[in-house]
Amino acid sequence: MTHDPSTTPAGVPSVQFVTPPARASRPPEAPPAEARPSVTLTIDGREVSAPAGSTILEAARSAGVDIPTACYLENLTPVNVCRVCVVEVAGSRVLAPACSRRVEAGMEVQTETERVRHSRRVVIEFLASSVDTSLAGTRVPDGSLAGWAERYGADPSRYGPPAPAAEAGARDTREPGHHHQPSGQEAAHAATVSQPVKVDNDLYVRDYSKCILCYKCVEACGEDAQNTFAIAVAGRGFDARIATEWNTPLPQSACVYCGNCIGVCPTGALMFKSEHDMRAAGTWDEDAQTVTGTICPYCGVGCALDLHVQDNTIVKVTSPLDSSVTEGHLCIKGRFGFEFTNARPPVSGGHGSGPDGPSGDGAADR
Amino acid sequence: MDLHVVGPLASPAERAAVDALLGPPTSGWTGGVRDPRTDGHVARGGHAARSRRDLLLPALHALQDRVGQISQPGLNYVCRRLAVPPAEAYGVATFYALLTTTSRPRAVAHVCDDIACRLAGAEAICADLERRLGPPGSPRDGDVTWLRSPCLGRCERAPAALYTIAGEVPVRESTAPVDAASIVARLERGASRRSGGDQTNGHARDAAGPAVTDSVPQAGSPDLRLLRRVGVVDPTSLEAYLGSRGFVALQEALAMGGEAVIREVGDSRLVGRGGAAFPTGRKWAAVAAQAAQPHYVVCNADESEPGTFKDRVLMELDPFSVIEAMTIEGFAAGASKGYLYVRGEYPLAESRLRGAIDSARSAGFLGPSVAGSDFAFDIEVRRGAGAYICGEETALFESIEGRRGEPRNKPPFPTDVGLFGKPTVVNNVETLVNVLAILEDGPGGGARFATIGTPDSTGPKLFCLSGHVTRPGLYEVPFGTTLRELLELAGGVPGNRSIRAILLGGAAGTFVGPDALDTPLTFEGTRAVGAALGSGVVMVFDESVDLVGTLRRIAAFFRDESCGQCVPCRVGTVRQEEILARLADGVAVRSRDEELALLADIGQAMRDASICGLGQTASSAIESAFRQPELVRP
Ligand SMILES: Cc1cc2nc3c(=O)[nH]c(=O)nc-3n(C[C@H](O)[C@H](O)[C@H](O)COP(=O)(O)O)c2cc1C
Ligand code: SF4
Ligand code: SF4
Ligand code: SF4
Ligand code: FES
Ligand code: FES
Repeated sequence: MTHDPSTTPAGVPSVQFVTPPARASRPPEAPPAEARPSVTLTIDGREVSAPAGSTILEAARSAGVDIPTACYLENLTPVNVCRVCVVEVAGSRVLAPACSRRVEAGMEVQTETERVRHSRRVVIEFLASSVDTSLAGTRVPDGSLAGWAERYGADPSRYGPPAPAAEAGARDTREPGHHHQPSGQEAAHAATVSQPVKVDNDLYVRDYSKCILCYKCVEACGEDAQNTFAIAVAGRGFDARIATEWNTPLPQSACVYCGNCIGVCPTGALMFKSEHDMRAAGTWDEDAQTVTGTICPYCGVGCALDLHVQDNTIVKVTSPLDSSVTEGHLCIKGRFGFEFTNARPPVSGGHGSGPDGPSGDGAADR
Repeated sequence: MDLHVVGPLASPAERAAVDALLGPPTSGWTGGVRDPRTDGHVARGGHAARSRRDLLLPALHALQDRVGQISQPGLNYVCRRLAVPPAEAYGVATFYALLTTTSRPRAVAHVCDDIACRLAGAEAICADLERRLGPPGSPRDGDVTWLRSPCLGRCERAPAALYTIAGEVPVRESTAPVDAASIVARLERGASRRSGGDQTNGHARDAAGPAVTDSVPQAGSPDLRLLRRVGVVDPTSLEAYLGSRGFVALQEALAMGGEAVIREVGDSRLVGRGGAAFPTGRKWAAVAAQAAQPHYVVCNADESEPGTFKDRVLMELDPFSVIEAMTIEGFAAGASKGYLYVRGEYPLAESRLRGAIDSARSAGFLGPSVAGSDFAFDIEVRRGAGAYICGEETALFESIEGRRGEPRNKPPFPTDVGLFGKPTVVNNVETLVNVLAILEDGPGGGARFATIGTPDSTGPKLFCLSGHVTRPGLYEVPFGTTLRELLELAGGVPGNRSIRAILLGGAAGTFVGPDALDTPLTFEGTRAVGAALGSGVVMVFDESVDLVGTLRRIAAFFRDESCGQCVPCRVGTVRQEEILARLADGVAVRSRDEELALLADIGQAMRDASICGLGQTASSAIESAFRQPELVRP
């Protein structure tokens, strides 16, 4: 499309500018379901048929073949960056990401060859040696990073003990193209992304020591769900990070607190403040929690909510990824507007026991 | 999307710089003065503004050139003008090494400490600069500073420096050789003048006169094809170009038609000179056949592979040939728009190309009717901003589109989904210049071209010789010339010292030992010895060299230049550098063999699982050196 010619400065030739498409690294949209003929390929020597346009991952899962993923989520466009899901495709020089590579007729896919296992092992080691992955994958249905580490024999300690954490904000201002080159002594420790937790609002915290840079939060905040674009990837290489503009604290940023980034974060880097505080206090206990499905009472959209309740107190709210209404995404009210249910006359003991209780410093009502 | 822009207003200088590029703002919604009569209740301009997203990087350049940094108010203004969310724009601004989002002095020397310059004493220069000016990047609030830089593409006259001096008339100037005293003097001269210094940009020194043979020792020789105009024909004059058979190939192409052009290029068996060696004719045919419209052509002039300077020489000294070849490419591929993405560290090349485009347009060789035909074509120059990765073709598209230069996963390939999502042919500068040699003499040129070189590597080839050779520079020889013959052409190793290693193909290439001297320089010949020609780098290291130190610099290069998108490369380049640091400093956390095994494990994962060629080759040179123990012995 042409831009308004009146804005063309004198002397600059008028040129046709074309609207860039949605992030073009994404494969083109699959054709609509009814129009999809099926293609036949082999996965691990087994013949499998899958609708044309589906990904290797989808085909594999429908055939019961398990492929680990870290940056993939059903409700987001695949960004294929973590490379945990790589598989061997016959005729291809390098491994292919199962999460985004489309199936082709006659394709021969191997999901557990020595080459595949090697890359997965090393990639998991890279993640676990540079990021705090203690909560990675435990909150999504795909299995945990620790489980895969065992499956592939990953040993993150091969790269040395972790280097000391960066000071608050230090990683946020690293400039591209210039890094501190480690001395041999320094290099005996493995560089990490460790840094203090960012706590700048009452609703959620950002612990980028746990960030594997899977881009999911950026997608959920921007194009794939919220259309707010409050966060983006900044910096380059190992210094790349999720940031607001100029690292502005969230309350001054464009963030609208829909919490959809928390909903998609696979590592616990983004977390309800209620959960964060309870974890810090040692009172977070998932085994003692119940999850109750309900409908958000605030507006007519009628989003599906899952209330996570511990000790008769709502500790966080999620929405099912497969809900046709939400696809897992909510707005600030459904996500955080539960504090009033926790307000009750003070009783001694237990959570939510009044303004001084661990989860009682109500956020949404500020 | 609700654009959330907070903070102080851009300075008048910043606004003027951005407006000079984008034109004045049209409403309060896009950064202008709010007029309650027109802007009161209706938002205007959002869509039109967003459709100019591809002007984000040029707008960031405008700010950087004018005030020496991207300030928050300045970036906010750009965001309003183009309707880009500030977080995204910040993500883009923090991606490029020549842009800074923190305060930095107006005059900066970017001092190359990369492989060839290290051999020429760059570390001593850096140490000297540290004594005179303080550590790199300091003081933030001073007038002048210096930074270390990756290869500046002037390795033949190493050591090199790039000056960037912000101001009303900004200066960007790349020079070699330099020393600490000349760097400090240049900075001070630049800082003391409001305009930033010499209006001549000091380029004249590099451009003409005897200096040409310092970079191109063969200049003027009648055997040259690709370099035949270099040092002989005035690169700033269209008349001179026309007088040396300029635009003859274009006329031939227009006369024979697009299909015939593609056939000739196919017959020539020309393959890409940018590193991947893909058959050029196949690429052109693929795009020409695409139903989706429009088609684009892109000239990849982002040459940043350490040790490579061939495209720079062509662009500086024969810029019209690049323009002519791109026009032919556009004609064959059915495109009416070409983008020429030139490295930000190549100011002279950029200004020569812009000059050539302007003259070609005025003379009717570009525009609505190319050379009087009904073919319409024009070229837009885009300037890189300090990111090696933007030479990767899909990262280059992202960069032009105003995004972070993060490569896309392939497939889909650019011929299907390229720039702005449309079918796109990308070619390297040297590849394109070869096309002129194919078409210039009319039909049958492809077959004639294919007789040069060897059956599997056809045509002439440029090699960038640097390091320990007597006459470093750019050499043109037919494919099949041996490494030994090439080194002899360059006068051999100075002082008759013996060769320890030769780096072929740059930082992403391979080290070979002196036993490989009789290797014919062809794709198949180098493959046979486990190497690759890559971008044509031939860097020579004599026996005195500390090769592990060089490998450590290569590891640091990839650590710096990884886009950071995918895990194997983002973390693998860090782990690789850590091992090199331990090996170089003799810090033993495990046995040397175990360290090398770990290095190999890392390399294998980077090669297999990385998204793009950067990660896939980041361990190539390093692993190749360790595979030959005699190269890395202390
Ligand atoms: C990290 C990386 C950097 C690259 N840099 C350049 C470059 O500076 N110039 C270039 O022509 N090709 C470069 N390439 C290769 C391009 O992706 C692409 O193959 C080339 O431009 C195609 O042109 P050709 O077929 O004429 O060689 C690079 C590739 C990678 C992976
Ligand atoms: S914060 Fe979470 S969702 Fe966002 S990139 Fe990091 S790990 Fe992924
Ligand atoms: S979550 Fe928000 S959008 Fe959904 S029903 Fe509740 S108030 Fe409405
Ligand atoms: S291989 Fe490196 S440069 Fe290429 S996409 Fe991955 S992180 Fe970026
Ligand atoms: S899940 Fe496929 S690359 Fe991350
Ligand atoms: S210019 Fe310094 S290494 Fe190339």
